[in-house]
Amino acid sequence: MASRKSGDSGSSPDEFVAANGLIHRRALLTHGFALAGAASVGTAASAARAEPLKEDEWSTHQGANVLPYGRRSRFEKDTLRILSNPNGEPRTQHARVPHQLLNGTITPSALHFTILHNGIPDIDPDQHKLVIHGMVRQPLEFTLDKLMRYPMVTRTTFIECGGNSAPMFSNVPVQATLQHLHGLCSNSEWTGVLLSTLLDEVGVDPKAKWLVSEGADTALISRSTPLKKAWDDALIAMYQNGERIRPDQGFPLRLVLPGWEGNMQTKFVRRIMITDQPAMTYYEERNYSPLLPDDKAYRFYFVNDVKSFITHPSFGATLKEPGYYEISGLAYSGAGHIERVMVSADGGKSWADATVQQPANAKSFTRFHIPWRWDGSPAILTSRAVDSGGNIQPLRSEFVAERGETLKPVTNTFAFPNQHYNSLTSWGIEPTGEIKHVYV
Amino acid sequence: MSTSKKLSLALVAALSIAGAALAADGRNGLGSPVGLGKPITESDIQPWNYTILPDGANLPPGSGVAEAGAKIFADKCAACHGEGGKGARNPALITDQPLKGNGIEANKTVKNFWENPTTLYDYVRRAMPWPAPRTLTNDEVYALVAYILAGNNIIDKNAVMDATTLPKVEMPNRGNFIIRFPNLI
Repeated sequence: MASRKSGDSGSSPDEFVAANGLIHRRALLTHGFALAGAASVGTAASAARAEPLKEDEWSTHQGANVLPYGRRSRFEKDTLRILSNPNGEPRTQHARVPHQLLNGTITPSALHFTILHNGIPDIDPDQHKLVIHGMVRQPLEFTLDKLMRYPMVTRTTFIECGGNSAPMFSNVPVQATLQHLHGLCSNSEWTGVLLSTLLDEVGVDPKAKWLVSEGADTALISRSTPLKKAWDDALIAMYQNGERIRPDQGFPLRLVLPGWEGNMQTKFVRRIMITDQPAMTYYEERNYSPLLPDDKAYRFYFVNDVKSFITHPSFGATLKEPGYYEISGLAYSGAGHIERVMVSADGGKSWADATVQQPANAKSFTRFHIPWRWDGSPAILTSRAVDSGGNIQPLRSEFVAERGETLKPVTNTFAFPNQHYNSLTSWGIEPTGEIKHVYV
Repeated sequence: MSTSKKLSLALVAALSIAGAALAADGRNGLGSPVGLGKPITESDIQPWNYTILPDGANLPPGSGVAEAGAKIFADKCAACHGEGGKGARNPALITDQPLKGNGIEANKTVKNFWENPTTLYDYVRRAMPWPAPRTLTNDEVYALVAYILAGNNIIDKNAVMDATTLPKVEMPNRGNFIIRFPNLI
């Protein structure tokens, strides 16, 4: 894998670690000074001389007034979620994250994905209550002002819809941005009270095995979760990225189940019933039981498996010229932290280890990057992640053998042909610099 | 078994356990409860409790048959789910559509996929009709459930659905499920 040959340009000091221009990170660092020197004598292809500097218009007068609640640059106006149902017709509304336009690991709260079933309820936090009851010693009602006095924890975790990446079940690659393909996952810092703390307050019957959570939205969306998860790391969150949870994320209270499918992480949570059996609510009975090729179905998938995709470059961008680019992307697993991400520039024939940005928190978005010198010839970029449990992202052939694919191409990227896709996402780089979605 | 009886049995079971509350070190790190929750009785929670369990727990009194359900369906459901439940803007509820349409693309219906008849009662009562959920009476929900099940030939068209009969309905796809991660439950 780490065979080192000289670069195609002949004069490059890059140490290639896999075919089609993937560069050893250390080589880049070591030779950075040499490269800079080389650029100054004009060997870099794009090193036309910069124009003489002059004063910028915006530096010549007083700027805009500071706002009590900040807003982003007007030049960022196109960094938006895409909406499946902007007019609120009587069906669900989805908002998908523009991963291809973001960087880092935290999804801005205003761009966090959501799926809402009957719109966003307008909840008065002073009136909102959470009750915990069922197989408990003493049912209790908690108000927000009381919950605020409980010991709190903060943790960063991703939330991913069980139906994220559904267009990837298509038998031919859907030509669409990451936002369409994987836009139903996001990563935030959540702060609140551990659910285990509240369960200790009500006193759970040892014979109980499940909790049934329910939101205060119009349809009272409800899911069943094993109590094991509650004792492990479930959170009753009140804050997202430092401020109170946004209304479309569950204001004022959200059940957060790190690493598990988003639909279980009840927004606007108002009731938790402790039981000895799952309720088999609509969403576990139907939507989130993924169908298998033999007509059986998985029940209680819960965990979002290890996954990764390259965000930069990706579909929708065009490489304007050959030369140096950094390949970067997101990796995450509902079963642990990201241990390793491999990247290929030749469609999986040769692989190199990307740098995994530390700290690689468990059940959290983790960014990876690897330097790449594109020589202008066709290349196929793809990534493959491994988590701390040794789970590795399946190759597409492996995934399709187990889980199947459609017979005809998927045309509606808002549809959910199936759930829980976690195989590879690959980008074909054309000599023109255009990027196509391909399967390898 | 009636809801209240089931709930009171659960309560008795809960009350009989001694000291189940706090681990010795106290999971909240304090060694004793914080104690800021306000005690509330199960009966005072009941107005919020729409959960029907698969064994029938919490099914309310009342009953309904398909004939009554057909009329309610035409009035309150057909606008989205089509005449006779054949599907329109929203999915078909009475249909022989196969489970797989386009390869692995799932087309899950009550008849070809659902395993628990109680889920129908839970979801219709909690979330339907879409613009005005929880406006149906308990009898109307039983009648609609009977209409959907009878229309799919899962129950006899004269069968009465109530808290005793509904949980016993055998759904055609029962048993075709694989628990994905048994160790997590």
